[in-house]
Amino acid sequence: MINSSLHQLGSALRAGKISSVELTQLYLDRIAELNPALNAYVTIKAETSLDQARRADTLLAGGKAQPLTGIPVAQKDIFCAKGWRTTCGSKMLENFIAPYDAHVITQFNNAGAVNLGKTNMDEFAMGSSNETSHFGTVKNPWDRNAVPGGSSGGAACAVAARLCAAATGTDTGGSIRQPAALCGISGIKPTYGTVSRYGMIAFASSLDQAGPMARSAEDLALLLNVMTGFDERDSTSLKRDKEDYARELNKPLAGLRIGLPREFFAEGLAQDVAGCVNAAIGEYKKLGATIVDISLPNSRLAVPVYYVLAPAEASSNLSRYDGVRYGYRAPEYGDLTEMYERSRAQGFGEEVKRRIMIGTYVLSHGYYDAYYLQAQKIRRLIAQDFDDAFRLCDVIMGPTSPSTAFNLGEKGDDPVQMYLSDIYTIAVNLAGLPGMSVPAGFGSNGRPVGLQIIGNYFAEAQMLNVAHQYQLATDHHDHTPQNIGL
Amino acid sequence: MIHKTIVRAPEWEIVIGLEVHTQLSTSSKIFSGASTTYGAEPNTQADAVSIALPGVLPVLNKGAVERAIKFGLAVGAHIAPRSVFARKNYFYPDLPKGYQISQFDLPVVGQGVLTILVEPLSGNAKPYEKVVRITRAHLEEDAGKSVHGESQGLTGVDLNRAGTPLLEIVSEPDMSSAAEAVAYAKTLHSLVRWIGICDGNMQEGSFRCDVNVSVRRPGGPLGTRREIKNLNSFKFMQQAIDYEVQWQIDTLENGGKIHQATVLFDADKGTTHAMRSKEEAHDYRYFPDPDLLPLEISEEWKEQVRATLPELPEAKRNRYVKDFGLSSYDAGILTASREVADFFEAALNPPQSPLVRGEASSSPDKGRPGGVEAKLCANWLIGEVSAQLNRDGLEMQQSPVTPQQLGGMLKRIADGTISNAAAKEVFRTMWAEGGDADSIIEAKGLKQVSDSGAIEAIVDEIIAANADKVAEYRSGKDKLFGFFVGLAMKASNGKANPAQLNDILKKKLAG
Repeated sequence: MINSSLHQLGSALRAGKISSVELTQLYLDRIAELNPALNAYVTIKAETSLDQARRADTLLAGGKAQPLTGIPVAQKDIFCAKGWRTTCGSKMLENFIAPYDAHVITQFNNAGAVNLGKTNMDEFAMGSSNETSHFGTVKNPWDRNAVPGGSSGGAACAVAARLCAAATGTDTGGSIRQPAALCGISGIKPTYGTVSRYGMIAFASSLDQAGPMARSAEDLALLLNVMTGFDERDSTSLKRDKEDYARELNKPLAGLRIGLPREFFAEGLAQDVAGCVNAAIGEYKKLGATIVDISLPNSRLAVPVYYVLAPAEASSNLSRYDGVRYGYRAPEYGDLTEMYERSRAQGFGEEVKRRIMIGTYVLSHGYYDAYYLQAQKIRRLIAQDFDDAFRLCDVIMGPTSPSTAFNLGEKGDDPVQMYLSDIYTIAVNLAGLPGMSVPAGFGSNGRPVGLQIIGNYFAEAQMLNVAHQYQLATDHHDHTPQNIGL
Repeated sequence: MIHKTIVRAPEWEIVIGLEVHTQLSTSSKIFSGASTTYGAEPNTQADAVSIALPGVLPVLNKGAVERAIKFGLAVGAHIAPRSVFARKNYFYPDLPKGYQISQFDLPVVGQGVLTILVEPLSGNAKPYEKVVRITRAHLEEDAGKSVHGESQGLTGVDLNRAGTPLLEIVSEPDMSSAAEAVAYAKTLHSLVRWIGICDGNMQEGSFRCDVNVSVRRPGGPLGTRREIKNLNSFKFMQQAIDYEVQWQIDTLENGGKIHQATVLFDADKGTTHAMRSKEEAHDYRYFPDPDLLPLEISEEWKEQVRATLPELPEAKRNRYVKDFGLSSYDAGILTASREVADFFEAALNPPQSPLVRGEASSSPDKGRPGGVEAKLCANWLIGEVSAQLNRDGLEMQQSPVTPQQLGGMLKRIADGTISNAAAKEVFRTMWAEGGDADSIIEAKGLKQVSDSGAIEAIVDEIIAANADKVAEYRSGKDKLFGFFVGLAMKASNGKANPAQLNDILKKKLAG
């Protein structure tokens, strides 16, 4: 049952072969057994989830089921869910119970899905290994000495270890794609503005985008159908007609033009990852695609630009955590300034503080032009590169991450090395484009490799088609980690 | 208003610019649906956005934008087709997000002008007009309020006001006296109420002024300015500027230096004192708010808003002068507030039956042809009505006499039914007891006698009874005419139509 696709699960539920309560309990049991070792979830509310499952069963019995009715979905702990503790991986919000639902949560609730629990993540989504979480690191189910990637590491781990049917993630610089790659699952970050950010705790507002994480492109399409749609509560939400992301899944790929950016295959890319990506390209050729050599000349600037803009926005977005109205407040302080300083010094972790300081610096008087404005200009050039590239090809492919999952603690002392693990994903966020990662085999250490697929704006349905056809032709996405009780 | 004379050396020139925060009269906040009603229990109007819960986002209130556009159009300013919201970052407990959403380098309203009528404070100088340039006006959100000392050593935070829409209107440093600054503030105050974008309630903080003051030698470079924050009455503004100017001049003349600073006015002591110097000022780290798209205002939207603008005070004033023959000064008083102008126009045009209204629609509020009634109406409003309002401490809109009542009475003056003297009695009765002019005239028997037979009889009687005076008059003592008028009026109980009486007297006295 737990290896079934969402489509199969939905059919089983609707056919009464299993109830949502049974399915939810099955996952809750697995979580109880495996989560202590994997640490994918930070909050489980079994009774709340089962209540929701019971309501889903009523809908199912009444023939009012939608495709996801009764299906247990893990929610990244960045989404406010009414009555649920919502920590964003931070001590600052360790005891924060959200009094309202994020748009994404509402969408899943309206679809009849079950909220199975809140998944672990890097603190305020700042990290690429899930090691910055206040609630401890998540283990990679393929190798518990390895990181799961980040910041949606808990979500990726939960999907890979079959601790949920599917999960949500958010991606500011690669936080869906990179952990998906490192945990051997599929994940898509749609076009900026496609999924409402309402109720999704902000890291860098102009880059943050929610998306689904699952075991296949087919599952992603179903999830995306639920998550997307205009929301007037988010001014950056795009007013577009509702679309069916599964509509193109079965289109043949003959004539598809795949662009391979030179820059994504240059120095810094691990041999084993390159090998898997090249094998995937070979597979696409067999499916009738043609390969186009392209260049994204400014992509080398993506990491430095990102580490100016994202911290700048973050430094402002995180100002609200001041100990005044909610969240952590230092137990002892002499005056207002000391209350601020101590609450924030004690409530935030090192990486968050580092980024707040970088962001504050680049926005400061006298530095704004040299850093922030300059970075904005380059951001436009990076987007222009993609624009040019999409004149030559339909989708762009390359590695999701330069290496397979690294070991826990391996890059903890070197933020720059850590930042470079998002070198291929960040440019996509800067341009606001959709990007996804699908499993493409395993590296020399047996850890998963991800293939990144980048599409033009609003090309999600096409990308899912491209990914699905690959998954029909290969079985990388069907592999399961050992030692997960299967 | 306290008119305090400033003792100052003539070799100093005063330079004043204003930043006025007007609270826009929307029913909900600028970035959320929470209510903006004043005076609610603390934090009962603080929704998720107002308290800046994690994950909430701002959504711009269209009504606030429309009010900003209205203002811009009213001062002839450029309305930016694209303006940008920026974050102004600083920490304070009443600022829940840790930043204020404002507009920085691309405000919604650009340069405009406001014509002010300055009434100098020294007794004999004449009122004069001045054009003050408006630099810009931008939309922003208000902060909440810190409530100190409610319980021992603790400070409370009330976020009801957080997110209330403000339009900050910035002037050029075009004013050179406290009188000009106050005239500007008053004109602006009247304008924002006139166009219905702000209730103007200064006690509740709906109209707050920051005044930048500096002094310099005539023709010399600008002096260093100090900013007097948060003045919420015109009287305090006057006092604060007077004090500040004197303080700056004294400081400079004693060899001191002015340091740029933010100062507060202490109304009890009548003095200003520095709150913080600019050296310790914040670096606000402004940057475009990524949660909000640039604000785009199409020509079409702008024109839609323009169509909702009422006739503006300046246009009205000019029209009163041109069409009604009023003096510019009188027209200025009548257009000093929307309420007075509305009262004036309603009194000129008492409601007519639908049939008549249709015929008159070509000139809906132009008053009577020839402007006789308009002038009369203006005199009454500026004279008797405003005197009564002052005596009773009432505002125009609280007047117990309605425009229709006044108009009805003015009609009776114009058509000769009552004399001016009788009109005053009618007015006093209407004010105290209500009722329309006709029934008061009837009840009190105030109708003028315009029956020439009756007047002739009175005149004949007087001439007969005062043969000696008549002889004196006829021998050339013209001044006695008034004496006969007085007698005749008395004999008619003040009801004789004065013009008619004059004619008849003249004729009969001539023999």
